[in-house]
Amino acid sequence: MQAPPETNTLLATPLGGRLWRRKTVNWVMTGLIVAAFAIALIPLFSLLFEVAKRGIPGLSWEFFTSSPRGVIGGGGAAHAIVGTLVITAVTAAISVPIGIMAAIYLTEYGGKSRLRRVLTFFVDVMTGIPSIVAGLFAFALFAIFLGPGIRLGVMGSVALSVLMIPIVIRSSEEVLKIVPNHLREASYALGTPKWRTIVKVVLPTAFAGLVTGVMIAVARIVGETAPLLVTTGVVDSINSNPFEGRMQNLAVYAYSEYRTPGVMKQASYDRAWAAALTLIAIVMILNLAARFVYRHYRTEIR
Amino acid sequence: MELHPDTTTNAGQLLAAASGGERRRGDRIFSNLAVAAGVTILLLLAGVAVFLLIEALPAVTADAAQLPEGKTLVDYIAPLAFGTVLAASIAVLLAVPLAIAVALFISHIAPRRIVLALGFMVDLLAAIPSIVYGLWGIFVLGPAAVPVLEWLEAKLGFLPFFAGPASSTGRTMLVAGLVLTVMILPIVSAVAREVFSQAPRKLQEGALALGATRWEMIRMTVLPFGKSSIISGAMLGLGRALGETMAVTIILSVSGVVTFNLISQSNPSTIAANIALDFPESSGLAVNTLIASGLVLFAITLVTNLAARAIIARQNIQ
Repeated sequence: MQAPPETNTLLATPLGGRLWRRKTVNWVMTGLIVAAFAIALIPLFSLLFEVAKRGIPGLSWEFFTSSPRGVIGGGGAAHAIVGTLVITAVTAAISVPIGIMAAIYLTEYGGKSRLRRVLTFFVDVMTGIPSIVAGLFAFALFAIFLGPGIRLGVMGSVALSVLMIPIVIRSSEEVLKIVPNHLREASYALGTPKWRTIVKVVLPTAFAGLVTGVMIAVARIVGETAPLLVTTGVVDSINSNPFEGRMQNLAVYAYSEYRTPGVMKQASYDRAWAAALTLIAIVMILNLAARFVYRHYRTEIR
Repeated sequence: MELHPDTTTNAGQLLAAASGGERRRGDRIFSNLAVAAGVTILLLLAGVAVFLLIEALPAVTADAAQLPEGKTLVDYIAPLAFGTVLAASIAVLLAVPLAIAVALFISHIAPRRIVLALGFMVDLLAAIPSIVYGLWGIFVLGPAAVPVLEWLEAKLGFLPFFAGPASSTGRTMLVAGLVLTVMILPIVSAVAREVFSQAPRKLQEGALALGATRWEMIRMTVLPFGKSSIISGAMLGLGRALGETMAVTIILSVSGVVTFNLISQSNPSTIAANIALDFPESSGLAVNTLIASGLVLFAITLVTNLAARAIIARQNIQ
């Protein structure tokens, strides 16, 4: 067989030496890529391992059921757990309706209108807002009306909503888009008005996807620390009223146990790690549940 | 009762006559609700800008002597902005090559059966709260990095980045940058993965058929195809790294200096970390100053993100 011209890099080398070199380069690069992937996973495993190892000693019945109020250098994280639940629930109550309605606007009503283009653009902008800036915004909003010393659970929820709404919109938009048009048309053909079509046909078809999106959005904001540090403050006692007084939550609790440890330093660090472990557990459960919901309850679309 | 305009058949007329008014009212209410949700979001964003501006204004107009540390606003924010950009740059420089490798491994090298699980593991990195990264950084990565920092000082000390003296706790810019690297890795690699899996099959198979090795195929067809997406993914990662707060707040030991020395005990702070550290104990003009610095951070990330979106949009048109 005749050797092909040297100019073509792809064809030019069934010759021993260069083929050997090309194969070596191939193996080296493949090795590097595999190594890079392994390196990228080291932090994940190290982090999960360390959080489990250091977090488990701090976990106890007391950790989940008592607050540090009136206990010197001890107590649990019940106040932080209650706070996390309340702040997250209020955040979801604000973000989910606004987010899903906005997604419905974008997919069902927007068409090619200017509002739709503007909204799409600003949702992108919103996705990029740093979490601390969202916190400052909520602080500024409430401080103007209620004075600069104000700290409330609901301020934290407003801050987190700024972060959660764009996530809900993006994921809802994705699942609403893939509801096939023939379902909508079949419903119109039966004389159903557009809004009934959306409520009775489009939303149920996309339901599993919507739930999955909301769960992942909740998982994203449940561990936020920075925006709550500037809005909900730090407190020792259980407070379940988002409209009155400071409110603790797990992420800020972990931070303040680390930052200002009590007399028994190690006990404080143990509680910080225990809070971190609880947070990771919540995030993982939400993520896995989201996958489960999507896999088992989604409507098969053909 | 008004008739539906396009009802020509009997049945249609009956139907429209029966429900026309109600149907229109329902439609109107529902579509107004949807528009209202969209407008609420625009108002919310406008609110973010307006309220931050109002609260930042006192710091802009105040005399330097009244501000924290007695510096002018620009002198106060500049070192913080420097630290912010420095930490984020380290993260992006390290994360981009790593993310490309991770994406290539998942899209072109790993066996098909485990691709889903691998993708899940990388996504998990994005789901871990930043406070946990902070604790891990200061208790685990920092101490583990000390020998590396000492080695860098001894062997590469002639470079300004590694001038030392090496920190004995690991609370340095380099370690903070490393943690940020891990945090933005899933963002950059998600973008890269997406585009690598869309690289034209025909070209890839053509290259292989002509005798290219797998790496040559990747270098000649997949990487050129993904170039602009990788750039925009890097910008998205940069935006995230610029605004990341808690990990840096916890890890970095700050002293307000401006230096490129990445391994010593004295480091510039970042805007976000400075807010998280000082805000809870601040009052009066100090609060306004911190909010003004937050506005600067908002502006920096906004420009970065818009640039990333512009690159994506231009590519979609092509």
